[in-house]
Amino acid sequence: MTTTKKETQVERETATASAVGRVAETVDEHIVEIVSDSGEGAQKAGQTFGTVCAKMGNGVWTVEIIPAEIQPPARSPAGASGIRIRLASNYVTNMGDEADVVVAFNEQVLYSRIANGAYKKGTAVLLEDKWRDDAVPEIREKYAKAVAEFKDNGLIVHELPIEKACLEITPNPRRGKNMFVLGMLCQIYSRDIGKARDEIATTFRRKGDKVIGMNQQLFDAGCRFAEEHIDFCYEVPPQAGQEEQKQRFIVTNGNTAVGLGVMASGMELVSMYPITPATSASHYLADAYHQVGGFVHQAEDEIAAIGFAIGSSYAGKTACTITSGPGLALKTEMVGLAVMAEIPLVIVVVQRGGPSTGLPTKVEQGDLLAALYGEPGDAPKVVIAAATIEECLHFVIMSRRLAEAFRTPVILLTDANLATGVQPFPRPEPTIDWLAPPIDQSEWDENIPPYNWDPETGLSPRPVPGMPGGEYILTGLAHTSESKVAYDSDSNQRGCNMRSRKFAALASTLKPPQVHGDPDGDLLVVGWGSTMGAIEEAIDRAQAQEHKVSSVHLRFLSPMEPGLKEIFRRFRKVMTVEINYSDDPQAPLINDDTRRYAQLAWLLRAHTLMDIDCWSAVFGAPLQPGMIYKVLLKRLTAMNEGVDS
Amino acid sequence: MFGLKADWSLEVFERYFTLGDYAGGEARWCPGCGDHGVLTAAQRVLRDEQLHPELTVAVSGIGCSSRMPHYLGTYGFHGLHGRALPLACGIKSRRPDLDVWVATGDGDCFSIGTAHWIHALRYNMDMTLMVFDNSIYGLTKAQTSPTSPIGFKTNTHPFGAIIAPLNPLTVTLGITNISFVAQTVDWNPPMLYETLKAAHRHKGTGFVRIIQRCPVYADSLAKELQGDPSRFLLLNHEKGIQIDKSASRQFPNQQEHDPSDLANAFKLAADTSRIPLGLLYWNPDAPCYEDLSSAGVEMTPHARLAGFNAALDRLTI
Ligand SMILES: Cc1ncc(C[n+]2csc(CCOP(=O)(O)OP(=O)(O)O)c2C)c(N)n1
Ligand SMILES: [Mg+2]
Repeated sequence: MTTTKKETQVERETATASAVGRVAETVDEHIVEIVSDSGEGAQKAGQTFGTVCAKMGNGVWTVEIIPAEIQPPARSPAGASGIRIRLASNYVTNMGDEADVVVAFNEQVLYSRIANGAYKKGTAVLLEDKWRDDAVPEIREKYAKAVAEFKDNGLIVHELPIEKACLEITPNPRRGKNMFVLGMLCQIYSRDIGKARDEIATTFRRKGDKVIGMNQQLFDAGCRFAEEHIDFCYEVPPQAGQEEQKQRFIVTNGNTAVGLGVMASGMELVSMYPITPATSASHYLADAYHQVGGFVHQAEDEIAAIGFAIGSSYAGKTACTITSGPGLALKTEMVGLAVMAEIPLVIVVVQRGGPSTGLPTKVEQGDLLAALYGEPGDAPKVVIAAATIEECLHFVIMSRRLAEAFRTPVILLTDANLATGVQPFPRPEPTIDWLAPPIDQSEWDENIPPYNWDPETGLSPRPVPGMPGGEYILTGLAHTSESKVAYDSDSNQRGCNMRSRKFAALASTLKPPQVHGDPDGDLLVVGWGSTMGAIEEAIDRAQAQEHKVSSVHLRFLSPMEPGLKEIFRRFRKVMTVEINYSDDPQAPLINDDTRRYAQLAWLLRAHTLMDIDCWSAVFGAPLQPGMIYKVLLKRLTAMNEGVDS
Repeated sequence: MFGLKADWSLEVFERYFTLGDYAGGEARWCPGCGDHGVLTAAQRVLRDEQLHPELTVAVSGIGCSSRMPHYLGTYGFHGLHGRALPLACGIKSRRPDLDVWVATGDGDCFSIGTAHWIHALRYNMDMTLMVFDNSIYGLTKAQTSPTSPIGFKTNTHPFGAIIAPLNPLTVTLGITNISFVAQTVDWNPPMLYETLKAAHRHKGTGFVRIIQRCPVYADSLAKELQGDPSRFLLLNHEKGIQIDKSASRQFPNQQEHDPSDLANAFKLAADTSRIPLGLLYWNPDAPCYEDLSSAGVEMTPHARLAGFNAALDRLTI
């Protein structure tokens, strides 16, 4: 691959390469990565690039590449840090498959991405070339060896003097290179330069004009550099109709969306203990919550965090606690208390890899059964899962409403993929009734017991401290409708009946889930949580190849949406696709007796008594459409050969 | 005279509460258990301070002593073993108008709930914290507690407790932002009453360790103390707990102690030869966490909506 040198040219508004005689190739979508050692600002550059794309009307999904270690050595595969941006002319729901273009600050970090299957033959690698002439012979050798290997593997390597060019502007390019790279990408993708410069000003608004100016200078230099050194250029047109649409969009990751949901729900208290990957939701709230009169309490541990939230809820101010798997484990006893005493509460669980400390920064859907069944005894509650970043926001609002209407804790499951993925979505249009009214302190009719269960629905109104006449003693012990401790058989059976019946009442208000694709066919894929975008993209690909496959995505895990059996019956085979552990049926010692199923499959098998299969993996990475597509083809082939149907 | 309120549609007469208004279910503690006395003293304080039952919340963990809320006529929250304090703090966090009382045992507070004991005292929320310390696990039938003396025989240490007990007073006095630390015994009702009243009137966490008799599982411990008043040292000060003659007569060893003197409080607490009774430490000016955590409670829905829209503006493209 040759690089063409062009004369520097006058300022333009939009970086269209056509102005210098190069014609931008129009593509539907592209996947771009910036990979570096951690601390080199790749993520900031990528987020800014993604925002510029969103502002130009593209569908966008960005996801951070997080190093395996906190302080990894420089230039090590384990230290790969960075970001992937998928931009498209249609709505994007996931990170996609292999990247088209990658900017790398050193060659070593690319190894871990290659091992993850992030690139394909023909992926363009824009590689910092300063290592070629490094003073340390070992570095020079490693660099040369890697470049040769990359080329042998079909990557198209462009060795570029990025740092050298930055040095002309700043003595410390390690700090400014990212904005230079942003300039390169904006040039390559014909981005709106004005929007990008504004975005830089917003990013650095707290750092002052001097810093903004320096970064804009680096950005401009990056544009010129790409123009001079890079001989390709793309145009990714905006989504159809996007320009005319009056709708406004916001750009956030899933954790910020959770934070916004908390604010929009009217909940005034989040009580939490820091844990990856949940913490950034609380970081956002700590910065913004006061604007709606809310408060973030950082407790001494997860037990105290949920206890504090339960105390607040009991006193009439429904609260939220945000955590991840290990934190949920600690909160378990308190969740049981909230179930037993029917205290409204919202628990957001941003799932990560488990068990134990597991994979703190990586995605897994391993806490479904813990959320459903973690507590001692029978502890029914609402468990729902957000499938998109937008749902992270709206489901918190729904959680609060369900918690209060059904006098129950609600567990909202999200995961590291949603937490770190960034996407534009329609700006919510809140109204005053989203924010709950002040708590009711009117008199309580003394003759109405604190658990005045409706025998049909199990529902009951709740007295709150401050209501004269409502004085009662809440207890986690078995109790009567008067909340009197009762160890007799009838009282215990009745309490359990009533606490369970509520969820049948809730289920009766739900609609069956929508099938993506034809309502009947050969294979139905069932998913939950963050995998929706990847699953549906894989289904679309398979359908385009005339395969009779469809999918259905569940939001309610407890209680389940109705009509599942009806939907499942119309397919020859039903399988779940999940990010948690299951035994591969071909593995040694695995047979019908020994096979352990993925968590949703386990649940659905019990729920429907149907022979539901599964495919799941614990790679610590989001599922990609290409990967799911291959699984579908394999299962379809096996079905048609009668091997496994 | 009963005062007639201007808006008599709300409340015709000012309410006067009697002890009966603070009575809940019948207390089911063993005969001779020190918990009965604590309940009575607390009910008297509630009555004398005319606290509205609907605005009072008694919070507890699990244990014999933690059954106390069931015997009160107020709101109550009988929580989980060790977790009374996080629940109580949460109640107070957005409802500073509620009067919160916490009942907890030595196992509940000083063992399973240790983290919360430390941190809740640091938060210093305005509540009355009664630790019923009988040096034994009562409810679960005689296991060693963190305050069981070395050599004391229990079901988990039938040959005698094998390590020295924790000193709850020195630990408490070592916590940042403490504001009220007192110690009393259950068998001197006037002193118990005065101590709880002072703890309640104090703005901040009123920590009261109540040395409490368990006649069933730790009878010898209390008998020994009751039989030897020279083991105690009564603390006197104009800023301290006001003691009547019965206490002066019962506890002949007395000492002036200024409760603002933390160093001397430490000395008294660490001296295991004499058990101090009275107010060890008092700082009426320590900040209370609910003054921070309740920020924004008064915000109107319209202001909240405007705030939320402003937050959205920042993220809008
Ligand atoms: C998580 C948990 N662990 C253990 C118990 C059992 N348990 C109940 S009360 C108690 C100890 C009570 O002792 P203390 O706090 O001193 O109260 P007392 O009964 O002496 O008043 C124990 C171990 C429990 N209920 N929950
Ligand atoms: Mg005890």
